[in-house]
Amino acid sequence: MIFGILVNSGPYQHQAADSAYQFARAILDAGHVLHRVFFYHDGVNNGTRLTSAPQDDRQIVERWTRLALEQGVDLVLCVAAAQRRGVVDADEAERHGKDGDNLAPGFRISGLGQLIETAIETDRLVTFGA
Amino acid sequence: MLFLHHRAPHGSVVAQEGLDAVLAAAAFDQNVTVAYLDDGVFQLVHGQDTSSIGIKNFTPAIRALAHYGVGQLLVEQESLSARGLARQDLVDATIETDETAARGPQVPLIRLVTRAELSALMEAQDVVLSF
Repeated sequence: MIFGILVNSGPYQHQAADSAYQFARAILDAGHVLHRVFFYHDGVNNGTRLTSAPQDDRQIVERWTRLALEQGVDLVLCVAAAQRRGVVDADEAERHGKDGDNLAPGFRISGLGQLIETAIETDRLVTFGA
Repeated sequence: MLFLHHRAPHGSVVAQEGLDAVLAAAAFDQNVTVAYLDDGVFQLVHGQDTSSIGIKNFTPAIRALAHYGVGQLLVEQESLSARGLARQDLVDATIETDETAARGPQVPLIRLVTRAELSALMEAQDVVLSF
């Protein structure tokens, strides 16, 4: 089965980002296809590499990065939601005259069309967080 | 594809970002249905003025959905009643489509549905997104 995941909540504040990650792992472990993880609303905060959690805690952002780099999962932040919340890649930073970028490795920034495409192309789109 | 809006309009950005998601779906030529329930019905109250709270009022853009082939916006009757609202408190707009223009009378932008009707509609969808 082909799955898509929508993450609407930021890391650490709420269980949603953890549950979404565990669900992503379960999809892959069971031999299903994970088409994309789309991050919307505060969910875009899962994609900033400046996050520094205490070392004895789980590293939510790095965990997503490994999922992308090791399993080839497509991690996409909504560009409009990311701009509002200060998550930018190098191109966005230059376009908006910002003095730095903070997008974590393995993530990319794109439009809401990627969410709609996920809904169309997958058998199940599962939402985490509100 | 069904979009459920259940948040008040200005207390969080979720309502505004939810509207953006509907517009994206409409641009993909999807069969899109949009429904408002719970505090989401406040998004359709007419005459909203956000000037005193320093927030841009995005709600007039909801009416633009009619131009994106979304059709009537569904509003759950029970949610309205529970909040002391009625049909006349909501925006009073009509949909101008080629189809209706040829027939004469215009279709109201808003259609009230019961909770049972909305439930049946959810059951029939391929995708339900909630904002």
